[in-house]
Amino acid sequence: MQNLTNRSKMVSDKKMTFMEWIYVPAIIKGMSITIRHFFSKKTTISYPEEKREFSKVYRGQHVLKRDDQGRERCTACGLCAVACPAEAITMRAAERKPGEENLYREEKYAAVYEINMLRCIYCGDCEDACPKEAIFLTDRIVASQYERQPFVYGKDILVEPFDLNLRIDISARQTDAVAQFKSVKRYAHNK
Amino acid sequence: MPLLKVTIDNIEVEVEAGTTIMNAARKIGGAVVPPAMCYYSKLEGSGGKCRTCLVKVAQGSAKDPRPMPKLVASCRTMVQDGMVVQNITSPEAMDSRQAITEFLLLNHPLDCPVCDQAGECHLQDLSYVHGLQETRTDEERRTFKPIDIGDKIKLNMNRCILCYRCVMVADQITDKRVHGILGRGDHSEISTHILKAVDNDFSGNMIDVCPVGALTDNTFRFKSRVWFTKPFDAHRECTKCSGKVVLWMKSNEVLRVTGRKDKYGEVEEFICNDCRFDYKELKDWTVEGPRTIERHSVISQNHYETVAGISVIAPK
Repeated sequence: MQNLTNRSKMVSDKKMTFMEWIYVPAIIKGMSITIRHFFSKKTTISYPEEKREFSKVYRGQHVLKRDDQGRERCTACGLCAVACPAEAITMRAAERKPGEENLYREEKYAAVYEINMLRCIYCGDCEDACPKEAIFLTDRIVASQYERQPFVYGKDILVEPFDLNLRIDISARQTDAVAQFKSVKRYAHNK
Repeated sequence: MPLLKVTIDNIEVEVEAGTTIMNAARKIGGAVVPPAMCYYSKLEGSGGKCRTCLVKVAQGSAKDPRPMPKLVASCRTMVQDGMVVQNITSPEAMDSRQAITEFLLLNHPLDCPVCDQAGECHLQDLSYVHGLQETRTDEERRTFKPIDIGDKIKLNMNRCILCYRCVMVADQITDKRVHGILGRGDHSEISTHILKAVDNDFSGNMIDVCPVGALTDNTFRFKSRVWFTKPFDAHRECTKCSGKVVLWMKSNEVLRVTGRKDKYGEVEEFICNDCRFDYKELKDWTVEGPRTIERHSVISQNHYETVAGISVIAPK
């Protein structure tokens, strides 16, 4: 058979020499490799005290955005759910009642919006499909759980807080090209 | 009566005298069929209003081979022997279709994410193929509040393109018409004067004939997007109509009942309001089997009727 690497050695059951038989040189050689690693740079970090730097467009936990007046942007159009390759998103729409104009942006809103984080593959297709700039993936990590059920995230987790200071920043995902596109009035369908 | 020979986009077809170009094209089928927003073969006198079906007649007839001076509405122009029609092969016709689409969208809001018709809307399909990517107008679109023109019919006048189909349904299928188009020109609007005045047994058919989302089913309002529901052919014993319908289901729940629409979006038979609005239980219906929707439609999305070209549903 052809060798995959040139590091393979043929095994033989020949009688050991004296130096091999006392084992001490082999032990010293092995321990020196181990001890050398004590002083080399660590490849691990002590999470969560220390955190690694994320890519600007890291795709982690989703957020459902509010607009500048605090109204939910999502209108339950279902395009994220149909774009989702893992079929992780489900929603149920409801009609906005008179007097709820400060809560929801459009006539229709998502009464129930759930993402199954165990099904989600964090591809970001929902973000691409969204016509209302309502859903974004953020650099937050989905917390681990002991049960399966808590991984189905509802609106209580996904919608960002009303308070302006607690809003989730997604400006890193809005590239220059996006900002430029939005500044052109002719393309301003999304009023 | 000899058959007339017509050539549409270099495909020859023989039709009877009195056939329109549109119907001759539908006899061929496929890409040469002009889109229609107002023409509805089951409604007498429909067509000629929206101008989306304009085609070029390169040769009037065998006897008079001069081309027609302007583009003609294919739904209203009768064929003549030896006529040569260009639809998708004529850049002029395609240009005009783009202009007409832009014109239809002048006042049409871009609220497809909210609209219940999205996914089976003819204007959506039309603008997907012929629409511009940008809006060239600055003016405010005219806006109306959605109103209930019937007990279970919601009118969203913003979306109306004034095709008159619903008016013809009321004239030809119901015994008296109580709604119509008020005002003229830019001020035209569908209305009843009196709220919830439409209560005829067959009034629900105006939802089916509406090419856009102007008239929608109030019992289905915001229940689900159409592509998350699964269509099934079903029937029941009905004293008023044929009882042959399509059930739009989500698991075992009947969310919506409509007539059976063919590939041009026209219902095969009109159904009564009882069947449409009142029987939303699965036990009321005899389900015949899944309804085949064209594969390219968003309604077929994720329904897995075929996998790699092999049918996963046993043939009937």
